[in-house]
Amino acid sequence: MNTPFYFDHNATTPVAPEVLEAMVSVMAEVYGNASSIHRTGQVARQRLESARRQLAAFLGCDSKEIVFTSGGTEADNLAILGAVRSSQRARKHVVTTAIEHAAVLNTCAYLEREGVEVTYVPVGADGVVDPSDVKRALRPDTVLISVMHANNETGAIQPIAEIARIGREAKIPVHCDGVQAAGKVEAKPRELGVDFYSISGHKLYAPKGIGALYVRAGAQLEPLLHGGRHEQGRRAGTENVAGAVALGCAAELAQSRFESEARRLSELRDRLERGIAAAVPHVRIVAGQSPRVPNTVNVVFDGVEGEAMVIALDLRGFAVSTGSACSSGAVEPSHVLMAMGMSRKEARSALRFSLGHDNNAEQVDALIEAVAECASHLRKLSPDYAHA
Amino acid sequence: MPDNNRIAVAMSGGVDSSAVAAMLHKQGYELIGLTMQLWNQRRLPELSGEQATGRCCSLDDVYDARQVAQQLGIPYYVLNFEERFEEQVVKPFIDEYLAGRTPIPCTLCNNFIKFDQFLDMAAGVGADRIATGHYARISRNEETGRWQLRKGIDEAKDQTYFLFGLTQEQLSRTLFPLGEYTKAQVREIARSLGLPVAEKNDSQEICFVPNGDYAAFIDAYFREQGIERSRTRGEIVNREGRVLGEHDGVHHFTVGQRKGLRIAHGEPLYVIATEPATQRVIVGRNEDLMRGELVARDVNWISIEPISAPVRAMVKIRNKHVPAAATLTPSGDSSRVLVRFDEPQRAVTPGQAAVFYDGDLVLGGGWIE
Repeated sequence: MNTPFYFDHNATTPVAPEVLEAMVSVMAEVYGNASSIHRTGQVARQRLESARRQLAAFLGCDSKEIVFTSGGTEADNLAILGAVRSSQRARKHVVTTAIEHAAVLNTCAYLEREGVEVTYVPVGADGVVDPSDVKRALRPDTVLISVMHANNETGAIQPIAEIARIGREAKIPVHCDGVQAAGKVEAKPRELGVDFYSISGHKLYAPKGIGALYVRAGAQLEPLLHGGRHEQGRRAGTENVAGAVALGCAAELAQSRFESEARRLSELRDRLERGIAAAVPHVRIVAGQSPRVPNTVNVVFDGVEGEAMVIALDLRGFAVSTGSACSSGAVEPSHVLMAMGMSRKEARSALRFSLGHDNNAEQVDALIEAVAECASHLRKLSPDYAHA
Repeated sequence: MPDNNRIAVAMSGGVDSSAVAAMLHKQGYELIGLTMQLWNQRRLPELSGEQATGRCCSLDDVYDARQVAQQLGIPYYVLNFEERFEEQVVKPFIDEYLAGRTPIPCTLCNNFIKFDQFLDMAAGVGADRIATGHYARISRNEETGRWQLRKGIDEAKDQTYFLFGLTQEQLSRTLFPLGEYTKAQVREIARSLGLPVAEKNDSQEICFVPNGDYAAFIDAYFREQGIERSRTRGEIVNREGRVLGEHDGVHHFTVGQRKGLRIAHGEPLYVIATEPATQRVIVGRNEDLMRGELVARDVNWISIEPISAPVRAMVKIRNKHVPAAATLTPSGDSSRVLVRFDEPQRAVTPGQAAVFYDGDLVLGGGWIE
């Protein structure tokens, strides 16, 4: 059953009708292998390259700089492992941050087990990385800097252009995980000056199973997957043409409605924040003073168990989230909020609302009312809520 | 009275709690399936050989619980109770062993997790009552107004020994649908309802301790925490203080234990007591284990009002103990009780519970000092 009120667009988005239509028509009619010589294959190749151009236009880059992947996680893995392995140094060091997505953090942890050293730059209470901390973390053997563009839990935008400048000056390639930024803020890797930029389809109203990595022309990158010479030798495997078409279509859609959506979502976000602050005492907006993507609201509710709140809201038909789910589906306190200096208890009291294309003011008002009722009910039961 | 029809079912993924969910669902209750994630099985990897059995909270169990919930079409969630479980069950469990007692983690879990925080969580999500797969029965004495706890009708499966800490409030909000059935009947019900877990093995021993080897668990936990314990080795002595051998730590021993002493001796030797302060394990003959009385502390009275005068009862001093006739006398206040057995009992073990019965009725219980 789909939840009637969906406020978890940072987890995933529904497939846009335009995207679905484009993808289904490709799946139904274009079955050729894009690498085949015959015309059946050529049709597939045309659709694939047309999608690549759409995505390149959205990212403001050359279509040759796009590698389609199976999603954001693969794009992050390809960038990090590929860049580190392309370095010939005997000793290698990577700089990343404490607030990255697991796709980056666990890839770095894997590299650590292989003997690569990793520095995890902290963030302030505002959830933003200080570029001078990144600069200080650099060493002569640093082979990669990886910093996310927008944080999935707080929405805080990181100073990527400045970090990229630091990387260029030190001649160190820079990867940026743009999964949560693309479609919400300008996501132009060339303008930002990064060497690698990860994209995920399903955060952008395309389906799961497709993503992309921007690879700056001339950047050194070892492939992860070995096989045929697909994607200019950077990603072996018969191309997912339908997925690529969906992502291309989603990128074009995002571009066409970028400004109006950004304005509409930030108005909805402000409405939600003001509404919660007015209806629920003792709440705090996380990273409220930081530059943020327009769709994300993260709120700490004093004395409320976030896990209980998510379930209570779900049972009322509102899909929201807290922390990140571990393999069993249980919630772990957010490493992002703890990196911002929150205690485990505070981090467990945080809820994330992420707005999307289908949300409107009526839905937001209904959410505010449900949140207020759930918070009040849970606080009555909570031994931790001191303001009763 | 509960003001709604919604019940939260504690689903472990086993046949018992799955049957509870299916039975209540059939009766028309509005259910929420909840699985408590209590312990991360990826911890203490040295304990988890492929043969490890009796483990809880594995991904397989969550998978099974989710599948049952999906089959019934009820909402289902996994709750992260790992930190609470570690603080309120695992750490006290270890502390008790190191203090020379033999703890019952299942009772701690019932008292502080399942019938406390889980009950709160259920209320938080709008379920005023919970249901679990325990083999026990709850009824209400209309004359006194007290909630009463009775043994499940399947004597072999009865779990009331672990439930003596339940308060009136907790009992008023709890359902034990399996108390009226035998395990065989529950399996039959699970089969007839087509539950995928109908043939699943019963869980064993202490859920977070692989293969029941609690001493190895404690040692591994200390290694994980980076805690170096000084002086775990000690002497094994007889009642006269003569040294008979050495051991690797008092937490390896429990009162009445015969195995693992590694002493060549004419007649069988048993652990009579452990002394954590001196790290000594005292051994003796089987007769030395016999005790005529014990003191139970922190007694919780369930089916009757706290006693002010001596009361006759059948008393169980460990889960597999055959209840023995005794007289209960309040000692100071009603939360301390002197239990005087009609016949001496073997291996009265500090840290275990003494649970008082009148027939199948659980009068109350407390911790053996």
